[in-house]
Amino acid sequence: MTQHDIIIIGGGPAGLAAAIAARKAGIGDVLILERDDKLGGILNQCIHNGFGLHTFGAELTGPEYAERYSDQVEELGIPYKLRTIVADVSENREVTYVNSTEGVVTVKAGAIVLAMGCRERPRGALGLPGYRPAGIFTAGTAQRLMNVEGYSVGKKVFILGSGDIGLIMARRMTLEGAQVCCVAELMPYSGGLNRNIVQCLRDFNIPLLLSHTVTKIHGKYRVEGVTVSQVDGNRRPIPGTEEFYECDTLLLSCGLLPENELSRQAGVGIDRVTGGPVVDDSLMTDIPGVFACGNVLHVHDLVDYVSEEASRAGEHAARFVKGSVPEGREIRLEGSGGVRYTVPQLIRPDTMADSVVVRFRVADVYRDKSIAVYYDGVRVQKRKKRIMAPGEMEQITIRKDGFAASVPEKITVTVED
Amino acid sequence: MQSYELTCIQCPIGCALTVTVDGDAVKVTGNTCPRGEAYGVKEVTAPSRTVTSTVALTGGALRRLPVRTAGDVPKAKIFEVMEQIKKTRVKAPVKLGDTVIENVCGTGTDVIATKTVK
Ligand SMILES: Cc1cc2nc3c(=O)[nH]c(=O)nc-3n(C[C@H](O)[C@H](O)[C@H](O)COP(=O)(O)OP(=O)(O)OC[C@H]3O[C@@H](n4cnc5c(N)ncnc54)[C@H](O)[C@@H]3O)c2cc1C
Ligand code: SF4
Repeated sequence: MTQHDIIIIGGGPAGLAAAIAARKAGIGDVLILERDDKLGGILNQCIHNGFGLHTFGAELTGPEYAERYSDQVEELGIPYKLRTIVADVSENREVTYVNSTEGVVTVKAGAIVLAMGCRERPRGALGLPGYRPAGIFTAGTAQRLMNVEGYSVGKKVFILGSGDIGLIMARRMTLEGAQVCCVAELMPYSGGLNRNIVQCLRDFNIPLLLSHTVTKIHGKYRVEGVTVSQVDGNRRPIPGTEEFYECDTLLLSCGLLPENELSRQAGVGIDRVTGGPVVDDSLMTDIPGVFACGNVLHVHDLVDYVSEEASRAGEHAARFVKGSVPEGREIRLEGSGGVRYTVPQLIRPDTMADSVVVRFRVADVYRDKSIAVYYDGVRVQKRKKRIMAPGEMEQITIRKDGFAASVPEKITVTVED
Repeated sequence: MQSYELTCIQCPIGCALTVTVDGDAVKVTGNTCPRGEAYGVKEVTAPSRTVTSTVALTGGALRRLPVRTAGDVPKAKIFEVMEQIKKTRVKAPVKLGDTVIENVCGTGTDVIATKTVK
């Protein structure tokens, strides 16, 4: 069986940054496996600007951001295989991939970096009543059809869900001459970034209905309209609030799910809240030598954080291959009181870096509250925040010298007054 | 005197701004930092945006070439700029940063390619 030092599954921004970091850390034998016919992942279809503000101090478009990384991959001569689907990953780090030139091949890896990204919640998972007429797309599928394949998707559009992809598509379709009647959001707040609400909806006078959902889709062969209802505090439609909107297209922007079929097959432990692997401070899963980063680990809204996180995963994978294995005592990390999850979920104080960034999301919109960190019930950090929202990832830093005196069993991150 | 209600987008706090225009005098309230004031004044006096889209591409592996305006264009000209973009066809090969339309609609900014296609 062929052996590679590091195999990277997925050639999106996460996979590319991980590969570059691993090579720069001195590992020559790094291989990227990508199922699409190009590198760059989801960035290829995100032609809008707003990428790279943190990393490059410039507002790049998705393709421009991707090209900066794929150029580096080329310059460093890191090999990659396109149109190559990874079909299986095993517990002892064997990777089985399929492509049309080699057929089915199994290779052994010194370390694996999972970087498969995420996919959109499909319509079926949302349980919308009505026929299944043509004209219903997830926002990301519509984005790919328009921006990469060059198809026109619809003329009169209704968008359910105010996630960033839906907002971006509202502007995109308006610019292409479609009429976007409305964006409806189930929750009382939008999950999208403020800047997208202003520049994608308000710029074009597109109304945003909060606490509303689609309760019926009309049309048998093609969408003819939707019925929209207001929802109560328990997100149940309120009878008598129904309103009909005529449209030929319904876009769904109802959240993303990390793509972890492969991780599950390998037996990687999955966090129920993030939908991604449980990892330690080196971004290693509970299978030694298998690391995860990017949207497969937890859904990110800023690609800059994806690249930064993935570089760390690449460096740690390199260190693992060279024989330095994360091990020793374990501190459990836990979110409570409005903190939905933390990544990583585990810190190993014996092998951790001097400081570790812990990222998390909150469950609601909080104004003038604080983020507090407790070691076994004793508060060690508290920081006031003007605003926190589910749509924006938050972070804290845990320092190794904080464990000099004693190592706690549990670290709790919470929102408080 | 005219007054406008805006949300500042310069940082995640999203302050609610009120901008009043009285002749030449523009006043911003509701901001908590100078960036909010600058944003409010610009939005009311000379709002501008970067436009991103795609143009038809022939002779390459892709059918569409992603493009953007190199700098911001006046907000009122967005649809005019889009009309020009829609009429444009490009032949591969193209390099990232190549000019696709010069001085689009007299805005003083070019439309450039945002991807390399061989
Ligand atoms: C529509 C959209 C709009 C966004 N807008 C912004 C924005 O404005 N600003 C910003 O900063 N961020 C934005 N983001 C976020 C950012 O782009 C993503 O967080 C980032 O692209 C995630 O990178 P990734 O490498 O983890 O995943 P992806 O880019 O999804 O890459 C994963 C790759 O893995 C491959 N793959 C999956 N499974 C397999 C397999 N079994 N075998 C081989 N290959 C496989 C896929 O083909 C894909 O190429 C947006 C995201 C989306 C989805
Ligand atoms: S005014 Fe200042 S603090 Fe308020 S949203 Fe704008 S940049 Fe942020």
